[in-house]
Amino acid sequence: MTSLLEVRNLKIWDSRTEKIIVPASTFQLTKGSCLAIVGESGSGKSVTCKAIMRLNNSSLQQTGEIWFKGENLNTLSEKQMRKKRGKQLCLIIQNGMSAFDPSCLIGVFAREVLTQHFDWGRKKIEEEMINAMESVLLQEPSKIMRKYPHQLSGGMLQRIMIALAIVLKPEIIIADEPTTALDVISQYEVLEQFKKLRETLGCSMIFVSHDLGVVKKIADEVLVMKDGEIVERGSTKAVFLAPKHEYTRFLVSTRLAVSEHFNHVMKGDAVLAER
Amino acid sequence: MKMLLNLRQDKIGFLSSIVIFVTIMLGVFAPFFAPHDPNQVNMSLRYAPSSMEYLLGNDHLGRCILSRLIIGIRPSVLWVLAALGVSVLIGAALGFLAGYFRGKIDTVIMRMCDTMLSFPGYVMALAIIGVLGVGLQNILIAFILIKWAWFARIIRTSVLQYAELDYVKFAKAPGIKDLQIIYKHLFPLTFSDIAVIASSSMGSMILQISGFSFLGLGIQAPNAEWGMMLNEAREVMFTRPELMLAPGLAIVIVVSAFNFLSDSLQVALNPALSTGQKRSKQESLSTEKKEVLMK
Amino acid sequence: MAIYMINRILLAIPMLLVVSFLTFILINLSPLDPAEVVLQAQGVPVITSELLAQTRQELGMDKPFLMQYVDWIIACLQFDFGHSYVTGQPVWSLLAPAFVNTLKLTVISSFVIIILSVLLGVLCALNEGKLLDQSLRGISFFLTSMPSYWLAALMVWYFSVKLDLLPTSGMGSLQHYILPVIIITVSYSGIYFRVVRSSMLNNLHQDYVLYSRACGLPERRIILHIVRNSLQVSVSVFCMAVPIILGSTVVIENVFAWPGLGSLSVRAILGRDFPIIQAYVLILAAAFVLFNALSDIINAWMNPKLRNDL
Repeated sequence: MTSLLEVRNLKIWDSRTEKIIVPASTFQLTKGSCLAIVGESGSGKSVTCKAIMRLNNSSLQQTGEIWFKGENLNTLSEKQMRKKRGKQLCLIIQNGMSAFDPSCLIGVFAREVLTQHFDWGRKKIEEEMINAMESVLLQEPSKIMRKYPHQLSGGMLQRIMIALAIVLKPEIIIADEPTTALDVISQYEVLEQFKKLRETLGCSMIFVSHDLGVVKKIADEVLVMKDGEIVERGSTKAVFLAPKHEYTRFLVSTRLAVSEHFNHVMKGDAVLAER
Repeated sequence: MKMLLNLRQDKIGFLSSIVIFVTIMLGVFAPFFAPHDPNQVNMSLRYAPSSMEYLLGNDHLGRCILSRLIIGIRPSVLWVLAALGVSVLIGAALGFLAGYFRGKIDTVIMRMCDTMLSFPGYVMALAIIGVLGVGLQNILIAFILIKWAWFARIIRTSVLQYAELDYVKFAKAPGIKDLQIIYKHLFPLTFSDIAVIASSSMGSMILQISGFSFLGLGIQAPNAEWGMMLNEAREVMFTRPELMLAPGLAIVIVVSAFNFLSDSLQVALNPALSTGQKRSKQESLSTEKKEVLMK
Repeated sequence: MAIYMINRILLAIPMLLVVSFLTFILINLSPLDPAEVVLQAQGVPVITSELLAQTRQELGMDKPFLMQYVDWIIACLQFDFGHSYVTGQPVWSLLAPAFVNTLKLTVISSFVIIILSVLLGVLCALNEGKLLDQSLRGISFFLTSMPSYWLAALMVWYFSVKLDLLPTSGMGSLQHYILPVIIITVSYSGIYFRVVRSSMLNNLHQDYVLYSRACGLPERRIILHIVRNSLQVSVSVFCMAVPIILGSTVVIENVFAWPGLGSLSVRAILGRDFPIIQAYVLILAAAFVLFNALSDIINAWMNPKLRNDL
């Protein structure tokens, strides 16, 4: 298997406070696989993701190499980078509720994005969007296209982001805590969509989460981050079964304790099974 | 008081507090500091330039400008401060009543505030002066009458926010007296908010009140007041423009000191503001909107 | 949307009534007897009690208080604000031209203020923390600490007296507008500029900007989105600029001897000419209420989220 994205010595620091957020990260994403980045908030997961897409605030500086299909993303011009964003690298952010311009209809926004990357007519765009939205189980997609973000729920907006990704057909999807802001049921549904997304598009994925339960379901490989450093890496199974680093052990054991307690209380996940 | 400690580290804030303190002291002990009798007419010294004896020169009646400037602190700054204090007090009392007890009192007080705030402040002040007649004390009354509603509104919001805090709620449970809760828990919390709004409206109040004096609606001759001095200077503006300088600069310095202080207080209160990144933007925006409406 | 508009306008009517009632009470609170003021102003040598009673009747003051208010408000709706105590002329004939003059000044200034503060606010927000941003903010801070009448006098002295470029006072040619408009702009755009700037910054750090960038939208398009959203917040503030400036040109008008509402009202206050003061307050308060309604309507029109409120 070949690696699609290779990050070498990525260093990120705040130019105002001189504080180093990520000292030197090196990792790679295999083609077609899903890499999960796990860690508590403030461990540098999100910043790493945004660094790959070069979307961090201007006060955050980054050095290192980010190789994607023979190009170092870190040395590309802003214009070249913009062409990659969306079309080849697609970001799905945590909070669906605030991800869309509040005074812009969903359909208008989707059209704006898609005309950026394709030479499609209005009708073609509409068709593609509606197909994609149907595939993520959004009901009455043409109605949704004529709605404002505040008229929809967080889970729906999250799925619209996934639908947009389906239309864009990127090679890498970076999902930054996509399920964190959702309630348990929507979380489950959205997670299912992500699984399906990988199957249909065959794309690679970087999945950021602090929820080990979610990670276990979707990831092939796991990176554990703590205070900006990668403390553990390996296949999901290996990390979960035999965590090497103390911090990972801590994460896994607390996770187990919580889920055991949960299972004990709920007597299995009957609720989820019903859905 | 963490706020004050933070403030000390802020050079501009520290400097402006010193300017304000010195101004207030000069005003309180004006007769000691004023080198001459501010109202003494001396026609032989008309428009005299600055000299060793009269540091800032003399005005159209030969009066000592420096002395008039110093005695003018009283109406221009001290009385404004007093009027501000009174309206903040009224506003705080009503704001606490409304925010703490909620219910009917809240509705009534807020209705009153809304009605007061639906009048443009400046026009309201003019109207009150029109009814009561010309004079500094009437201007001050007018300002107290129009400003309290605004303070009440903001202090209520602040009280509401803190009254929801758990430990304030817990204090209510064992039956501690309301007044004690307000005094012990709520007042210290809201105090910093009150300080910020009070200091931020001080600057605009000084400007507006001196503006009324400038129009001749305020203090009457021969008493000295900065706006009044500018009004007198204006009459000879074409021949003696330099007379405009001293009182104008005095106003600019004091008002900027108050504005800087309010800025520093705000930062000291909410250190996140200084880094400019994350902040409760919606909050600051809405207060800014109110600020605009009050002008 | 239509329903919202109607509701909002209906809501303004009770507010107008309250405002007018307060105005009426305010004037009646005066410690002076209007009849006496009228007679004094007309230069009647000896004021007898019969004369007072007769004048009171002429002024309708013998009726019950509420009836007086109703009479007054009905008359006001027909633009009959009574007669000036001092000159005896109908108030409307004095007020109308002054109002138009002030309105001209206000509209032009508001226009300049809005354009300038949107321009500078957007520019500063996009260059947050850089030299341009910091210096503009510093200047605006400094200008808001300056008494506008002082600045006006200094500018008159420099441009009109020293350089002899512009007229010192009065109203006539277009040149007469230049200085007053500059002064009003300078003393007000600071606040509005800060509103635009902070609402731009507020939007700049929103998630939707990040997501739009992540979708590969060009920066120019994203800025358009941001500007549109931040102007939404500012529009209501801008709407209120018109009545606020209308009510606070008093000092500037005085400096430039502008024959507007401000000059008229100051003269009325000094001469204790109550009908004029009353009409002045009523008109401006009404403008305030109406513009407030207008700003809410525009806001709802631009911001779909708000339409369901009220």
